[in-house]
Amino acid sequence: MSKVTPFPGQAESGGGADQAPGGMQYEVSRRPGVTDEDEVLEVAVGPHHPSTHGVFRMDVKLDGERIVSLKPVLGYLHRNHEKLGEQTSYLGMMPYTDRLDYFCSLTNNWAYAIAVEKLAGLQVPERAEYIRIITGELTRLFNHACLVGFLLHDMGTMGTPLMYAFREREKVLDLFESLTGARMMCNYQRFGGCRNDLPDGWLDEVSKLVAEFPRWLDEMEQLLTGNEILIARTEGVGVLSPELAVSAGVTGPSLRASGVNYDLRKVDRYGIYDRFQFRVPLGEKGDVFDRYMVRVLEMRESVGILQQAIRDLPGGPVIDPRARQRNFMPPVGEAYGRIEAPKGELGFYLISDGSRRPSRFRVRAPSFVNLTILEDLCLGHTLADAVAILGAVDIVLGEVDR
Amino acid sequence: MSKAKGKSKGRAKTTASAAAPRSTSTDAPTGSPPVSDRLAPGQLKAQIEAAVEGARIEVVLNPAVPGQSSLVVDPAHAVAVARFLRDAEDLKLDYCSNVTGVDWPDSVVEEKVVHPERVEGGERTVEETIRHRHPGYLEVVYHLYSIPLRHGPVILRQRTANRVDDTRVASLTPVYRSAEFQEREVYDLYGVHFTGHPDPRRILMWPEFEDHPMRKDYVEPDDYEYEPTPNAEVLGKARRHYPMEGTE
Repeated sequence: MSKVTPFPGQAESGGGADQAPGGMQYEVSRRPGVTDEDEVLEVAVGPHHPSTHGVFRMDVKLDGERIVSLKPVLGYLHRNHEKLGEQTSYLGMMPYTDRLDYFCSLTNNWAYAIAVEKLAGLQVPERAEYIRIITGELTRLFNHACLVGFLLHDMGTMGTPLMYAFREREKVLDLFESLTGARMMCNYQRFGGCRNDLPDGWLDEVSKLVAEFPRWLDEMEQLLTGNEILIARTEGVGVLSPELAVSAGVTGPSLRASGVNYDLRKVDRYGIYDRFQFRVPLGEKGDVFDRYMVRVLEMRESVGILQQAIRDLPGGPVIDPRARQRNFMPPVGEAYGRIEAPKGELGFYLISDGSRRPSRFRVRAPSFVNLTILEDLCLGHTLADAVAILGAVDIVLGEVDR
Repeated sequence: MSKAKGKSKGRAKTTASAAAPRSTSTDAPTGSPPVSDRLAPGQLKAQIEAAVEGARIEVVLNPAVPGQSSLVVDPAHAVAVARFLRDAEDLKLDYCSNVTGVDWPDSVVEEKVVHPERVEGGERTVEETIRHRHPGYLEVVYHLYSIPLRHGPVILRQRTANRVDDTRVASLTPVYRSAEFQEREVYDLYGVHFTGHPDPRRILMWPEFEDHPMRKDYVEPDDYEYEPTPNAEVLGKARRHYPMEGTE
């Protein structure tokens, strides 16, 4: 019986009963003459499995039903996004960033714009900052709603919560369409502001949606939060300690579910987040249930931020008229800009040589880094739990593979 | 059901860390020096060189963003330096956010020198062009932040000896677990070899791929569709497990 080690690659063999990370003891009885190696079953989950959220594979080794090894296999969607960045102008990369995390194109635009603005020292008008926060928090709302839907879908409630979430998402996507012209690939933020001002009546539609959203959330929570099956499937599953979470660079709701108070909206106060009052929800145990609950509570805080932003939205220009978009040439140097995207810390690292193209264009994708410790979370659990753990990581393969 | 619900509601708590904007609870502890002083590259360099014996630190200033200057660490002491930055009481840089590679190809810098030359009947100035050849190297960049003290970034850089045959740097995965996949990606796309990495494999390209596509001198293949697969090996394995009639 191979011993479960917290760090793959530095395995040491040992005897005795096995201790799973969740504290479960289990013994395996087998026929005489059968070695440990004979009993281990290799399963490739994916790349076309519905629970892997895209083309993603987990090479799992099972001892009975318990996972003794899990290797994520990535790259099926790899198109070398960073090389494209070196061959395209600064503005020309903006639509490509939509395709990273194709759920949250507006926050991707925002992170890239922040990195470029840092590099070139651009100022953003106040109204544009408010519009960025409104679009960003709307993105966070429906991303978390859909994540909850997908998580439940993975755990066997076929369709219902997911379709409820998608119904809400449709309303937000309609708003994005009337603002930017596109539902998913918005390409809306520009260096030093936003592309266009809000259309007539748009803000009223947003405040209507924001006013109705808590009712939907209550309904969703009534169905799910106290649900015995959900609790049985998620409580104590995939426990992530705060120490490992920090060392492994886990960010976003997964980090906060482990009880680490680190939200870039509070830490960096990028944009104008220091003017808003909101709380950072934290989990206590760091299991899948806490990751679910932190997302639900974050949605409630986002509703509060949206109400404040709609109330305080000032007039004025939405883009700095001196900011050049075409033939944009920032000075020589480098910049790393990051925001709290719905999935975690999304960062862009740019090196400029003074020409029209970046000399280096790097995307620090949150769900790619969050996958690093997938094996640690799954060891000792059943394959069915691994599906729930992966669902709670919240991966989008456009961003993982880049 | 109501019992379970009450329990779950109590489990996830919220912090009131920002009741007022710029409240003290979210700022760095009072009494410590301002962040910009503590992370000034000159002071960090002195602090590291005093703490880690033999470490040579070179400061690279960033003209565009003053707060994001970086420290170049020699690979022999990189792990010790990273461990010091992580554990030092006043730094606590426990979170390695971003790891990435940068390719600096060989470059030729032309310098024009004007010097007088004696010719028949007097002197004249002669312009001469001298070409300085700078050998290229690969670079690995680490962005470090502190979660308890909420400061950063401190940017560490490691450089390889050259781009061709000595592309080794030290892996920081033993110190920062978040570097595991990202260093694999740097190896995959740039060909930097990380000594001490627990699992040095390709991650985005397929295992049979041979080149490193993010290098500046990478030449794209003529046929994108060509993709060698380990079919023969897999089929051979299957044949051993399930001997087919008539084939043996």
